[in-house]
Amino acid sequence: MGWIPLVLVLLVVGYVIVMFNGLVRLRNIVANAWKQIDVQLQRRHDLIPNLVEAVRGYLQYEQETLERVIQARAKAVSATGVKGKAAAEGALTMALGRLFALAENYPQLRANENMLKLQEELTTTENQIGFARQLYNDMVMRFNTKQQVFPTNLFARLMGFSPSDYFEAPVAAREVPKVDLSLRRGGSPAAPPGQTPESPPGR
Amino acid sequence: MTERVDFYARQAANRRWSWILILSFLALAGLVGLAADLFVFGSYWPGQGGVPIVSFLAVGVASLQSVEAYFNGDRTVLKSLRARPLKPMGDREERELFNVVTEMSIASGLTPPKVFVIDDPAPNAFATGRDPEHASIGVTRGLLDALDREQTQGVIAHEMGHIRNYDIRTMTLVAALLGAIILLSDWSLRGLWYGGGARRGRGSRKRGGAGILAVLAIVLLIVAPILSRLVAMAVSRQREYLADASAVEFTRNPLGLSRALEEIRSHHSALKSATRGTAHLFIHDPLERRLDSREGFWANLLSTHPPPEERIRRLKQMAYVG
Repeated sequence: MGWIPLVLVLLVVGYVIVMFNGLVRLRNIVANAWKQIDVQLQRRHDLIPNLVEAVRGYLQYEQETLERVIQARAKAVSATGVKGKAAAEGALTMALGRLFALAENYPQLRANENMLKLQEELTTTENQIGFARQLYNDMVMRFNTKQQVFPTNLFARLMGFSPSDYFEAPVAAREVPKVDLSLRRGGSPAAPPGQTPESPPGR
Repeated sequence: MTERVDFYARQAANRRWSWILILSFLALAGLVGLAADLFVFGSYWPGQGGVPIVSFLAVGVASLQSVEAYFNGDRTVLKSLRARPLKPMGDREERELFNVVTEMSIASGLTPPKVFVIDDPAPNAFATGRDPEHASIGVTRGLLDALDREQTQGVIAHEMGHIRNYDIRTMTLVAALLGAIILLSDWSLRGLWYGGGARRGRGSRKRGGAGILAVLAIVLLIVAPILSRLVAMAVSRQREYLADASAVEFTRNPLGLSRALEEIRSHHSALKSATRGTAHLFIHDPLERRLDSREGFWANLLSTHPPPEERIRRLKQMAYVG
């Protein structure tokens, strides 16, 4: 009956191999999901010059807002480091939000075909950024959980795995922006104060 | 039954019920096969050899149909529904649909499926395909016109949920088993009618005490078709609930889908090209078989889809507003 311990050892080894491979796969999925966020951010950077040109003619009196968008984009393109990039992208989101809030009040712009197309493209880009981050966080959750449940937690650290960090929105992005009414012309109603332009994905 | 409301708990419950139902279905199929081979055709008796040939034959025949459906299913379905490929550079609605499908592919981590449009005013959507790499989603023009972006996103998320959960494959297998059970029952009852039972089969001398079992076997063979249909429909309904909960996982927005279901439900027109065979693929019963006034225990049990009110209620629960 000496084969029983051998079978048990083989079963344990097999289990550990399966466990290891599962963790490797998840680690790669997490890394991929992280990079995909950058892909979506890049799409947004590429769309913005088109947007600015499309609206420039209609928004002659909103040059300041347009300039803020252009500058925020430049900062986002050249940002480095995880925190730096996240902060720059958050600032760009806010600048875009202000631009769209203002554009709501220009009926000719709202009816313009190109503007509508661009609005849809930017909406979907913002959504895709949000969902890419969501997917990254969902994969991190799965990866971390898999490392922390028993009995994998006994082996995970030994095999060189460690929990990943979740993507967090930078604190600045959660602040409510002030809408400056002093330079607007015509007295048309502005966006009510307290409206946060960083809308959650999917709307 | 519905105290825990987050979508994780909801999905876990749905998957558990699915497993229980599918295992019951397999057990039922096994019993029906045994009943046919043991007591009707006498082709097999434990301990005395022989082979349950009739069961194999039934499974084989039913499988042939399913293999065809498995590999070519989506093409046949799309053709019978008269679906055409999406034109992403076409009008605004179709561009939006393309973008929404892209968004849901990102959120679910799946390959983007091929997208099709059915030119019918009834709002509806379906998914087909044997696995996520070979999947297609179809949407009617009626749905594009009736639903806003948020609602459409919920519907597409529901369909992506079906794809991720391999529901099309599961229901193809269930349909194959159902077909086998119905064949077995049909053949057995004909066999009994014309041949009078397996008196000349193997081991007939040793089967004196099996009289009661034989009676039970025949009862089983009679009720098997309706019983297995009930189980198959229950599986289909569980998968619908699971797809709803998966949609919430992808969008984190239960109210989008619940508003979509409310809107779809308010349009009482049937989808012209759908048939009984393709009805289960849709998000809402395209044949409008359930009239609200006739809703009740039996109507619910035989339906491929759960009652819309219950789906909406569960979604609202997941949004903590139920």
